[in-house]
Amino acid sequence: MDALKTWLDRSGLASIAILAVLLLVVFPLAMDSFRLNLVGKYLTYGFVAIGLVMLWGYGGVLSLGQGVFFGLGGYAMAMFLKLEASDPQSTAIQSTPGIPDFMDWNQLTALPLWWEPFNSFGFTLSAVVAVPVLLAFVISYAMFKRRVGGVYFAIITQAVALILTVLIIGQQGYTGGVNGMTDLKTLLGWDIRSDEAKTVLYFVTTALLLAAVLLCRWIQLSKLGTLLLAMRDKEDRVRFSGYDVSMFKVFAFCLAAALSAIGGALFTLQVGFMSPTLIGIVPSIEMVIFAAVGGRMSLVGAVYGALLVNFGKTYFSETFPDLWLFLMAALFIGVVMAFPNGLAGLYESHVKPWLARRKGGAAEAGGPPAGTPGEAGQQAAAPIASPGPSASPAAPHSTPAVAADPGLGLGTKVSSQSA
Amino acid sequence: MSDQHLPSSQRRKFMLGAAALPLALAMSRIGHAAALPTAQVNTTGLAVTDTEVVVGQLHSATGTMAISETGSIQAEQLAIDQINAMGGILGRKIRVIKEDGASDWPTFAEKSRKLLVNDKVATVFGCWTSASRKAVLPIFEKENGLLYYPTFYEGLEQSKNVIYTGQEATQQILYGLDWAKQEKSAKTFFLIGSDYIWPRTSMKIARKHVEAFQGGKIVGEEYYPLGHTNFNSLINKIKIAKPDCIFAAVVGGSNVAFYKQLKAAGITGAKQFLLTLSVTEDEMLGVGGENFAGFYSSMKYFQSLDNANNKAFVEAFKKAYGPKAVIGDVTQAAYLGPWLWKAAVEKAGSFDVDKVVAASPGIELPTAPEGYVKIHENHHLYSKARIAEGQPDGSFKVVAESPELMVPDPFPKGYQ
Repeated sequence: MDALKTWLDRSGLASIAILAVLLLVVFPLAMDSFRLNLVGKYLTYGFVAIGLVMLWGYGGVLSLGQGVFFGLGGYAMAMFLKLEASDPQSTAIQSTPGIPDFMDWNQLTALPLWWEPFNSFGFTLSAVVAVPVLLAFVISYAMFKRRVGGVYFAIITQAVALILTVLIIGQQGYTGGVNGMTDLKTLLGWDIRSDEAKTVLYFVTTALLLAAVLLCRWIQLSKLGTLLLAMRDKEDRVRFSGYDVSMFKVFAFCLAAALSAIGGALFTLQVGFMSPTLIGIVPSIEMVIFAAVGGRMSLVGAVYGALLVNFGKTYFSETFPDLWLFLMAALFIGVVMAFPNGLAGLYESHVKPWLARRKGGAAEAGGPPAGTPGEAGQQAAAPIASPGPSASPAAPHSTPAVAADPGLGLGTKVSSQSA
Repeated sequence: MSDQHLPSSQRRKFMLGAAALPLALAMSRIGHAAALPTAQVNTTGLAVTDTEVVVGQLHSATGTMAISETGSIQAEQLAIDQINAMGGILGRKIRVIKEDGASDWPTFAEKSRKLLVNDKVATVFGCWTSASRKAVLPIFEKENGLLYYPTFYEGLEQSKNVIYTGQEATQQILYGLDWAKQEKSAKTFFLIGSDYIWPRTSMKIARKHVEAFQGGKIVGEEYYPLGHTNFNSLINKIKIAKPDCIFAAVVGGSNVAFYKQLKAAGITGAKQFLLTLSVTEDEMLGVGGENFAGFYSSMKYFQSLDNANNKAFVEAFKKAYGPKAVIGDVTQAAYLGPWLWKAAVEKAGSFDVDKVVAASPGIELPTAPEGYVKIHENHHLYSKARIAEGQPDGSFKVVAESPELMVPDPFPKGYQ
């Protein structure tokens, strides 16, 4: 029983299960179709946020260009949907019926060759993941092999976001320009604008998101996750140990790109269009904020972060149309000032010890209110999000150094130094 | 002076007339006795009660577009306040739910769905850029909403669920080019635009008109990214090409840089004929009158228009928003939205979107600040085209006006 409990704690399955119940049962029962669809939209950002947890929180690589991959995934899906929406009957009013409307406005008279494969749904699905991953591989391989990292890498990802935005806006005959690809109606004949479709898409999004969280959790618990953490904290030591550090970083970057792209494709399906405003620097930074608010070490926290920030955006802008930007700014500043490790950090440093104390007090009636030190320490040291236990096998999770500091980032540093 | 005994068509005319006349406005009151029962005027579950009808307003109050859209927000609010002061529509006061599109197209989509699905608004006044309209259009069509869209735009669109109160491209371009040929003997044109759908489409129409119908010549056609601010190479090209007319559709911040650099290079209104589609009183604030003096702008409305409707409108607008407020073409078009909706609702005797849409073609508004307008079958407005010359103080002097109303033609044959 205790072994099972420890394993559950360590794997973080319990918090993932709570998230699953919330998303699959509570939200659908509590919300009307409109609000549920909004949550579905927020969850597509959750993919980006968990990708950033893997890349930034674990890999230590900050990317300010995740919008690029979100956008590429979204555009790939949008191209397929746009072609389906541009059959000759519904575009009969154009000079060249049968091609997307924006091509017609830009005096194109035939579908460009590179658009042709997007007539196939199978190709589109693979392109949603393959194209962003390929780009991510090229960028990260070129950078990390040359040992470009840290703030320089972040700046380069920003530049990529800017370049792609300019490219898409400039090549409007092929991309729809600043308007983006709009008026997407059906997926393989299925009307994606209806309420039922939006509900189905919500559950598909949730299922994929939970699967992605599990996959990432599995990676975190594997040797690969340990290596990512070690690399983040002492890159040279890992390199001297004989590991090819750059390829691990490339892997983390490609993984984050693939997750973002899946989020982007689902975004297109749920919102019904894709535009360059989702790719640029501002949305890319917003995506980092989702992960920061949720806690960059916690997969589940990142999903809550994406939900909370977007919910705040919607709620504040509906309720205080004149003030909402200030309120959002206050939220960000407040969270970063008060809880540098985000919501998950807050949970780890305050809620969990408090729960442990309560539990300790209940178990040993009349005992000291602080509970047994051992239990409290173990509770704090084995959170789902904390890298402490899994970070360094040399430092078991009862190590006093870790237990003394349940705060996530610091805990890691202490443990790796003691290792 | 009660008007409830007049037949409804006369009453409508009376009320429209009252829009521009503060005296009549203050005295006019429709008794609630005249109101039709709610079950009769609202069969589709819109947010209409015995005393109130809810409408949405969806513009960018924040973000990069806020500076442009604020005028539209103010004009729509002014029209709604005036209508409410007259007793509202079908005996019901208008209540506005304001949403902020935040210059972000996905937000526009989200908010439009919220207005239509959650708030069940009877109509929406909103959007400004084509991108935002394109983002919300599928939602208005799916949820069968009604949108009054104020901006002059590229055309190539016609939706059952949208009434376009601005000009489509041909209404703004063709008269200006004809005037340039007749009055300014312009034979060679240099086309310049920001690089997106509206300037591209406008210049395509301009090129066709000049080459095929006027026997003129296009000596240059250049596009620059949105926000581009360095026009020196363009100015060199202009100096080499020596066009009779610079025909410009540069928008946003680029506008300011463009005219300042033209002036710095010695290309001023005194030496060079320039006609633009994108400078209204609003842009003039940024560009500066001294940089635009002597150049010409083609619009359907200018604040300086000399007629009784416009005088009353300008006075009411300045009273509401301060003596320094300026009114551009789109602001005036936005002001028309609530009035056109009111006229259509009263003609239909219902708030139901389908009935209002069916009643809309043929709706006339003789009291519009720009003069008489009428809704065409294709949901755009018949309106006049006007050319005005920029003055050093930043105002416009109207120098020409199309003799007839321009017929809206969003899919112009022969210009594709």
